[in-house]
Amino acid sequence: MKNFIFERAELDTLIETLKRRGFKVFGPIMRDSAIIYDELTDAKDLPIGWTDEQSNGTYHVKRRDDAAVFAWTVGPQSWKKFLFPPIQKIFATHRSTKGLDFPSLKKQVPQESPPLKYAFFGVRSCELHAIAIQDKVFLGGPFIDPLYQRKRTGAFIVAINCSQAGGTCFCESMNTGPKATNGFDLALTEILNEKRHYFVVEIGTELGEDILKSVKCTKATEEDIATVKNITEKTVKQISRSLDTDNLKNILYQSSEHPRWERTAALCLTCANCTMVCPTCFCATVEDVTDLAGKQADRIRKWDSCFTLDFSYIHGGSVRTTAKARYRQWMTHKLASWVDQFGSFGCVGCGRCITWCPVGIDITEEARAIRENHP
Amino acid sequence: MATAPDLQSLKVDYKRNPMLPWPFQIRRVKHETEDTFTVELQPSGDLEEFTFQPGQFNMVYVYGVGEIPISISGDPANPRTLVHTTRAVGSVTKAMDKMHRGDILGIRGPYGTPWPIDHANGQDVVFVAGGIGLAPLRPALYEVVAQRERYGKVVLLYGTRTPSDVLFRQELENWRARFDLEIYVTVDRAMSGWRGNVGVVTNLISRAPFDPRNTMAFVCGPEVMMRFTTMELHKRGVDNEHIFVSMERNMKCAIGLCGHCQFGSVFVCKDGPVFRYSQIKDMLVKWEI
Amino acid sequence: MEDLKNILSEHPFFKGLDEEHFALIVGCASNVRIDAGKMIFREGEEANHFYLIRSGKVTLQLMTPNKGPVIIETLDEGDILGWSWLVPPYTWHFDAKALELTRMIALDGKCLRNKCENDHHLGYELLKRFADIITKRLASTRLQLLDIYGDRS
Repeated sequence: MKNFIFERAELDTLIETLKRRGFKVFGPIMRDSAIIYDELTDAKDLPIGWTDEQSNGTYHVKRRDDAAVFAWTVGPQSWKKFLFPPIQKIFATHRSTKGLDFPSLKKQVPQESPPLKYAFFGVRSCELHAIAIQDKVFLGGPFIDPLYQRKRTGAFIVAINCSQAGGTCFCESMNTGPKATNGFDLALTEILNEKRHYFVVEIGTELGEDILKSVKCTKATEEDIATVKNITEKTVKQISRSLDTDNLKNILYQSSEHPRWERTAALCLTCANCTMVCPTCFCATVEDVTDLAGKQADRIRKWDSCFTLDFSYIHGGSVRTTAKARYRQWMTHKLASWVDQFGSFGCVGCGRCITWCPVGIDITEEARAIRENHP
Repeated sequence: MATAPDLQSLKVDYKRNPMLPWPFQIRRVKHETEDTFTVELQPSGDLEEFTFQPGQFNMVYVYGVGEIPISISGDPANPRTLVHTTRAVGSVTKAMDKMHRGDILGIRGPYGTPWPIDHANGQDVVFVAGGIGLAPLRPALYEVVAQRERYGKVVLLYGTRTPSDVLFRQELENWRARFDLEIYVTVDRAMSGWRGNVGVVTNLISRAPFDPRNTMAFVCGPEVMMRFTTMELHKRGVDNEHIFVSMERNMKCAIGLCGHCQFGSVFVCKDGPVFRYSQIKDMLVKWEI
Repeated sequence: MEDLKNILSEHPFFKGLDEEHFALIVGCASNVRIDAGKMIFREGEEANHFYLIRSGKVTLQLMTPNKGPVIIETLDEGDILGWSWLVPPYTWHFDAKALELTRMIALDGKCLRNKCENDHHLGYELLKRFADIITKRLASTRLQLLDIYGDRS
């Protein structure tokens, strides 16, 4: 792996280069007391000097006493916001005196349109795995989502290696971090001490190398590489949660009547926060809406959640009416069925569901409780 | 870590985008019973034929109203006409019920796994249909009848609520008139004047003329009926490897991307709707799966 | 008599009975033939027989004031018809009609009732067999009750 370093100021150059090369750059921004992802105009938009404190059902941002750019962990949003938008028009049909015109007749094939150029700036290792998991869902089956494909194939990814663990995350258990190993064009590690503020950058692809040419870099030294390694080890030690994945799929499959589900269902509000913040959840619904005159009918795809009562509705009623059934469905899907469906766990250990659950349900605790008394 | 597909080499070769419905024109809307109707369609544009396998379904779109999954109920040997039979129970089907010759429906499909009819070569074939469940089985019946010599005994057991709910009466009569098909119809209750069987469809199984050691059973109907039918088939000696059922769940995309139709770890839209009973028997008895 | 004995001995309902009990039952058996459309018994009448259907089709029905007779079950070859002879007040709960020409073996229930009172072993054997039939009918009826073919819109 080719490693280089560049000084803090060159971070701005990297963003400018991407913009000049036609990429829309999305990255972290501090807004409404949370670090979210949105379009960056330039490096000043980044959450410089901010950090966060996370725990069950708790999220606070806090000012640091330095100018670290990435010294926080994941917020309520994930990159699926861009690759798999919460609301997306799929097609429009028009009605006129000549009849109905269906877009399929015009042979519109979205995937033949040029791919969109999105740059994702500051993608953590767990998020890289989450993107790969959604790639498997949307691009790896018998039918492919052409909307996802168009955004994904043109995406440029600048990963960031975490230099501290979050309050709720557990990437080590899920083998998804903290260091980014692949799936990126460039991977940065921020090093900030009394003397210097710089980044070690690892090149992942030819395009990454090409973009980096516009940034003033020098070769990384042995010491730089060792510093990165230390940061990774220090981060791992800070991880405070764990999830034992050994034989977890079978344990969950056999535990459909485990008493733990009732206990957790009594707490769960079925609010669907966890599914919205989860970077791998992909359930969606479809709505057909017309304008008032009935001249145009749009099909809109929207995020949906297995926690809603009518998610499983078939003529006359829902299949999963109880909160127990719905919580069980979500967790069993995430940590068991997903393995049979897509070849890996659906969970990347980012901790968002724990942080953003209003009643603080912790998926690692649930897994522990079920494993303890499994049949 | 999940192995993501190789993005650089991803080339999708669609003749038609799976998210866009294709327009079909209604040739006929036929009312079968009080709440069930059949719509016959022909493709528009440069599509001349619609081929499918028995057991598959389409997503059927009514402009501005919505889209729902409906099993294909026509003859696969007649690809110029697409036939759907459905009950008028929701906003989309009620809208369809009022449509006329010349109106347009959007079709995406065919989707799903078919009835594995060629697995039944050389065996007896038993179809057990409950209510509207006869519609997804009808294409399989057509196909078996068209190649009758490949099979042993062919039996249809069909149960529905009352005589006025019996579907495809004329076809049932035609089939009954053949000497190489055994057609048994039963209803849950009837007015005096009905000369057929009265009783639940599972009652027909114990005396149906097939050899349980050499039989494939294709079962379609309400889930409760499929569970009890399987119990009776077991009593006759048919095992789970030789029983196939058609499952139903909420569907939005029909292409395995929206997550709605999951039943345990399988997606009913792409791993089903036809399943070998042994594959799903454990999930059928779990509540609220 | 020989003919009846053979038919009864082959029917699964009578399997496992010892020779003495079987002979008692054969002694109470006779052939009946009901023409198509004729009633076999009516609701409320004394129930003194049960029947083993040899051929034909029988409807079980209930008369309703505004809809006329409603058929709730049909029975055919091999089925056992009638258990009201076994329990007080020994009256029929339904109407039974022969839909087609029906041949049955009638067992004299009144006679068998007395024999069962004297020989409880015989009583138990018969009750066991009827319990089996009744539970199966109950399960079927419950499925019919569920009205599983969907709500009327």
